[in-house]
Amino acid sequence: MGEFRMPSLGADMKAATLMDWHIKEGSPVRRGDIIADVETEKGDIDVEVYEDGTLEKILASPGEKLPVGTLMAYVRSEGDPPWEQFQLKLREKEIKAAPIPEQVESEKVSMPTPETSKIFEKPEVEPSLVQAVKPLERIKASPLARTIAVENHIDLHEVHGTRPNGAIGRADVEHFMAVKASKAKPEQPERYAQPQAFQTNMRRAIAAAMARSNREIPHYYLETHIDMSYALEWLEAENRKRSVKERLLVSVLFIKAVAKALTKVPELNGYWVDDQLRIQEAIHIGFAIALRKGGLITPAIHHADTKSLDELMENMLDLTQRVREGRLRSSDLTDATITLTSLGDRGVETVYGVIYPPQVALVGLGKIKEQVWVTQDMLGIRPVVHATLAADHRATDGHQGALFLEALSQYLHDVTQLLS
Amino acid sequence: MKEIILRLLKKTAPEADLKQLDSQANLREELDIDSIDWLNLIVAIDEELGIDIPESDYDQLTTLDDMIHYLSRMKHE
Repeated sequence: MGEFRMPSLGADMKAATLMDWHIKEGSPVRRGDIIADVETEKGDIDVEVYEDGTLEKILASPGEKLPVGTLMAYVRSEGDPPWEQFQLKLREKEIKAAPIPEQVESEKVSMPTPETSKIFEKPEVEPSLVQAVKPLERIKASPLARTIAVENHIDLHEVHGTRPNGAIGRADVEHFMAVKASKAKPEQPERYAQPQAFQTNMRRAIAAAMARSNREIPHYYLETHIDMSYALEWLEAENRKRSVKERLLVSVLFIKAVAKALTKVPELNGYWVDDQLRIQEAIHIGFAIALRKGGLITPAIHHADTKSLDELMENMLDLTQRVREGRLRSSDLTDATITLTSLGDRGVETVYGVIYPPQVALVGLGKIKEQVWVTQDMLGIRPVVHATLAADHRATDGHQGALFLEALSQYLHDVTQLLS
Repeated sequence: MKEIILRLLKKTAPEADLKQLDSQANLREELDIDSIDWLNLIVAIDEELGIDIPESDYDQLTTLDDMIHYLSRMKHE
């Protein structure tokens, strides 16, 4: 595979800080091994290698803030040239290629309208991230830790670093702030004493992605109401047969039904890149998971259309736990092809979503609620869910969107179709 | 029993201030417990107390008081 570059862990990521290498230069690596961990606005992520080989050369040091796409290491796989030879080729390429503006800058330059640029003009927002790249003083600290310290007027001399070589990470600064806050206001209930810095950074990342979405994507919205009585009856009977640990949640029926419906309307499963719809064959559903302390992460449930309900359940529990514990891997975050946001637990009836670029659709599901329902001239009360689709009008039209919601509805009427 | 439940709730919602929790209030709403958290809590109760709570009994576990009452009763049965 050769070049190992800083991965893009979602549309809202521009750069991340390398925290540590897990593998030494010269060591063999296998696909899926965690070779480094990086600190992003959405937490620390374990970065995996995606091919077997040898980690021949490390090119970035812990503590460096690296834009997406920066060469971090050279991983030599079978058939690849040794590093020395590769390095020469790389130099040649660099000389030929025109200088590429840094991503953070290009995002700013591409702001098309005066209104949107106003939001980003505030000099203290972006530059604080950029400035943080420069070593400000001799204290070893990650750029994010520095940014948070500056924002909260904290002297890094007072913070104890727990990273390798006593370097200060984001967690150290937040811990320092939490301790300080709890000392300053002992009366304050715990749930309000959480430090704000992490939320600030995450809100900033979400704001950037969603502002881009609303600016660039012409959304259209469709809604349908689905009678869930068949699905719930099936689920109840199924769960009665199962032990507590093996029970299924209705969310897995939704995930599977969305995935199956996408096999019927593949145009909604893909990316809008370079003025073109790139339909993706694999169906990876980005499942929106709310963090308890605020914010949102949408890791992918891979190949959801081909997995059994039990496998999907296991995936969902594992991802939720790892999101909450901050142990996500790069492969969880890189490749969702559509997003599913299910806000029923929060009591919401209807979700009007904002598409996560470069994806072209987002499915929203609300609370399953008893509602008056008419079938075959009979009036009854049924558990009903409001399913919505927000889709990119550049990629599809309402017709395809309607076919998708119709397919979704049919799968939830006949759950036996979801068992294969 | 109350101590055990509070300990398991703390694991489910680590940031919540359980001392201020109203024992008559709707637990899931008060502590923002979603269906995944809830299932994890039910599994934890099964592991700790050996009580396999059927889904049909979930509505008997709305508040902290309900939960203490229900689990104490099941433990003695």
